[in-house]
Amino acid sequence: MPGLDDLYQQLILDHYRRPRHRGTLSEPTIEVDQQNPLCGDELHITVRIVDDQITEIAHAGEGCSISQSSASMMSDAVVGHSVADALAMIEHFRRVMHGEIVADETILGDAIALEGVAKYPVRIKCALLSWMALKDGLINGTPTAQEDQ
Amino acid sequence: MTHAALINPLRVRQDFSLLAPTEGGARLVYLDSAATSQKPNAVLEAMDDYYRCANANVHRGVYRLAQEATERFEDGRRAVAELVAAPLAGTIFTKNATEAINLVAWAWGLRTLRPNDVVMVTEMEHHSGIVPWQIVAKMTGAEVRFAPITPDGELDHEWIDHTLASAPVRMVSIVHVSNVLGTVNPVADIVARAHAHGALVLVDASQSVPHMPVSFAGIGCDFMAFTGHKMLGPTGIGVLVGRPEILDGMEPFLGGGEMIADVRTDGSDWADLPNKFEAGTPPIAESVGLGAACIYLSSLGLDAVRAHEVHLTTYALDALSEIDGLRIFGPRDPARRGGALSFHLPDLHPHDIAQLVDEDNVCVRAGHHCAKPLMRALGVNATARASTYIYNDTDDIDALVTALHRARAYFAR
Repeated sequence: MPGLDDLYQQLILDHYRRPRHRGTLSEPTIEVDQQNPLCGDELHITVRIVDDQITEIAHAGEGCSISQSSASMMSDAVVGHSVADALAMIEHFRRVMHGEIVADETILGDAIALEGVAKYPVRIKCALLSWMALKDGLINGTPTAQEDQ
Repeated sequence: MTHAALINPLRVRQDFSLLAPTEGGARLVYLDSAATSQKPNAVLEAMDDYYRCANANVHRGVYRLAQEATERFEDGRRAVAELVAAPLAGTIFTKNATEAINLVAWAWGLRTLRPNDVVMVTEMEHHSGIVPWQIVAKMTGAEVRFAPITPDGELDHEWIDHTLASAPVRMVSIVHVSNVLGTVNPVADIVARAHAHGALVLVDASQSVPHMPVSFAGIGCDFMAFTGHKMLGPTGIGVLVGRPEILDGMEPFLGGGEMIADVRTDGSDWADLPNKFEAGTPPIAESVGLGAACIYLSSLGLDAVRAHEVHLTTYALDALSEIDGLRIFGPRDPARRGGALSFHLPDLHPHDIAQLVDEDNVCVRAGHHCAKPLMRALGVNATARASTYIYNDTDDIDALVTALHRARAYFAR
């Protein structure tokens, strides 16, 4: 199906079949649930933050290949980074999905493979689900971020 | 097949411009009629002719053009009432089936329900049969209870009887044919049992009226809701059928023009049925189109339409069952179900299924189908759903099966 090769890149199928950081952290710093109201997909993200660094992240729930691989790739991308860096990555990814900028592999890592999703309006929400959940968690769930607000 | 279908889908397809093959010979395999049906040329032409030759606002117009518009509009109502054996005065046009159910929830429920009264719905309702009652229950203190489903996708009739006997059930709001499971509920039987306990019954017939003979009088219910666009008609028009003696005792739902007998500074009086419940300029061209759709369906014969559905569903159940690991929801007996086939593959998410088979021009729906309580009861977040109609044939089912195999191979690459 050559028409779909941009959407379903090998890297996406690989993360879908072998998701990284799958599961739930015990006693996480941040815990966030997100639902895709269009399809009913559910996502549960837990994050451990030590000294403003994301030291661990895990994702659980059910979804399509795009939403699941995206959660896996996002987890790979943000782990080891500061909260501010992660928020910048999320904003970069969001703008890529909306076709506003060209994806930067040095920022996104494997998630660059999701760039083709931008051409499928219905699936953008699937790709963004985990990133928006993490953004919500980092902004509303981080003690330091709350103090900043 | 031993029992030849009475409908000839190849002949029917000629009436649907959108289903004609392209110059390259590609053909759309449309398997999403449970979401909306395609429209035959007769419907499009009737609406076009109305706008070109008879457009005027209806009722009260003295000039001939307005009379012609009114006649065509009311002809639509007559065709609908005739199709489902409904009283003309109790055949009310709404925007869609959702608005029809809201009309009953607000105009009947809000004024009738008392604290602790029970509205019985089912786990297999569309959200349109749940949310209006939840809103009105919150305002009145009434309670919404959900009749559970059995593992094979039928209603738990013991639960229904027990609840009818032990709780102050005032309304039973129930789907005739499930848009996810395909289950055909024995609504006439449920009406008799509910009436014996003093409860009224609203039947959501959105998935039955397009596909089988449905008689409001035969079912014996108090209200029936359905929508135009699933039965070959246009969007923007739905139908509420109600027993006139109940509708007469209800206050209006929406207020405005068309629905009054007199408006004074100290109050207003309501128009007679059905206008009392049709505030504002009604969906005129849509009534004309829906009338044409009813005539088209009647000319095919709804017994034949149903026989064709059973024939295709039998074929589809067999064909899909041969796919390794595929799980089909709902009754396995084609005689007990409609043409909506929801299924699940362990290795392919419904969204991916719908995306991948689209490459082969096969249209199926993926998601929760506006039935999240049912999804929870089934233990899934989403299903893929193929649903058939008069223009589908066994080639379309074969195309789906082939596309599913190709999708699976593509994901395993």
